[in-house]
Amino acid sequence: MTQEVKLDELYQEVILDHNRRPRNFGKLDDATHYAHGHNPLCGDDYHLYLKIDENGKIQKITFEGSGCAISKSSASMMTTFLEGKNGDEAEKLGSHFIGFMTKDTLSKEDREAVGRLKLFEGVRHFPVRVKCATLAWQALLNAVTGK
Amino acid sequence: MRVREDFPMLESRMNGKHLVYLDNAATTQKPAAVIDRMTQFMRHEYATIHRGVYTFSQLSTRECDLVRERCRRFVNAERASEIIFTRGATEAINLVAASFGRKFLKKGDEIIISEMEHHSNLVPWQALCEEKGLLLKVAPINDKGELLLDEFEKLLAARTYFVAITHVSNALGTINPIREIIKMSHHAGAAVLVDGAQAAPHLKVDVRDLDCDFYCFSGHKIYGPTGVGVLYGKARHLEAMDPYQYGGDMIESVDFKKTTFAKPPAKFEAGTPAIVEIIGLGAAFDYLQKIGWEAIHAHENELLDYATQALSQIPGLAIIGTAQEKASLISFVLDGIHPHDIGTVLDQEGIAIRAGHHCTQPVMKHFKVPATARASFAFYNTREEVDALVKAIHKVLEIFR
Repeated sequence: MTQEVKLDELYQEVILDHNRRPRNFGKLDDATHYAHGHNPLCGDDYHLYLKIDENGKIQKITFEGSGCAISKSSASMMTTFLEGKNGDEAEKLGSHFIGFMTKDTLSKEDREAVGRLKLFEGVRHFPVRVKCATLAWQALLNAVTGK
Repeated sequence: MRVREDFPMLESRMNGKHLVYLDNAATTQKPAAVIDRMTQFMRHEYATIHRGVYTFSQLSTRECDLVRERCRRFVNAERASEIIFTRGATEAINLVAASFGRKFLKKGDEIIISEMEHHSNLVPWQALCEEKGLLLKVAPINDKGELLLDEFEKLLAARTYFVAITHVSNALGTINPIREIIKMSHHAGAAVLVDGAQAAPHLKVDVRDLDCDFYCFSGHKIYGPTGVGVLYGKARHLEAMDPYQYGGDMIESVDFKKTTFAKPPAKFEAGTPAIVEIIGLGAAFDYLQKIGWEAIHAHENELLDYATQALSQIPGLAIIGTAQEKASLISFVLDGIHPHDIGTVLDQEGIAIRAGHHCTQPVMKHFKVPATARASFAFYNTREEVDALVKAIHKVLEIFR
């Protein structure tokens, strides 16, 4: 694979767009769940806010903070994915996505399980950036499992 | 300067491109003279030092002693016994904090550091302050990244007994007016440790001219191997200080009732030292002497000016650290683009730079950035490499436009 292709796969248009215009960006004042995601190595730093109703449904999810294009777009896409889902589904998708980013080899099922998020597959060519892609999802798991 | 062929690593390729190595403030590449000397030593001369009655051990001991003497000359210390071999600058600072600070500083005493310190010249002092109930005071910097000397002077108080300050900032490139700082500190009755990790590769160090109490640097940043560093300390301090670690080689006599310790430097060098690395460091001193400080200064300053000019032309690029006196290092940020993304794109172009907080989180906080990209130059870098850097940054802009 040439270097150009690798970079294009990493910085896909959708990822760049979410980086430029992050969705659901900001603090949520009536959040019921909260988590802090921080990568001390590169300084990526996000706060994640969720409002989960009594039925376990995510009514609203936002994030704020700063970091690289990969971490920010990943957080942004995560919020668009999870609104309206319930906490269990969110946890399941989070585990799938983290597996998708970190497994040595991927099966067809692994790719299907993450749906449109498979556009982050290019990040796998850049091992030091994998943590950027999983940072917000890791925070999500901490928030919904209360750990 | 015709030096590139001295460095085998500079011929490498990274991601299919010629390596452009601009992370010299983190660690420098090694000349063949260092690599070959270490190999030769391990193949044909290696034995432990001090203990052996046999010839090879005596020769090893002599070689290490000669490196200590070369190091004495490198920093212009008065005596070779004022040179302690450590694992690196970090260990040297920890040694002084433990053996000098813990012994001589009392509850309520004050230590001054600066806002631009590397974590390694901040955290050991902070920990000591917590342990002993000392006060840590921080001398501020201005928005060019220069130490505010007036503010520093104001911080010096009756109970300020120690000052720990960097000679050159690893995040900003600032060269501090260390001589004045030492003079002021001594006037106020404080001893001074200078963190020379970033200065030793660029400037001729003269500890007697500076009159510092302690000076330290790392071998791997001055073209030597990892795992070895140097602490210079004034003889009277080293004699009065407690040992740092206890074990073999640092004792005079051992008895179950009482152990007496060897004189410096042995007192601070418990256990078998990094013999091979010390030999390599000696080769690095020789190599630097051969190149000469004048040639190094001329080339690095020219590169710094050229790179500063070129980078300043790039739209949206801001240089962090614009001190009047700077070593050949440029920290920068690009509007709306995170340094890590810059680093990744540059990596694909074969260019090695550092992206992050450079172990100076307070500096990042001062400039209100989460991180910076940093290109740091050695005397083996070229104008063409600066051009490659500029071209690659334009590529970053294209991708993130």
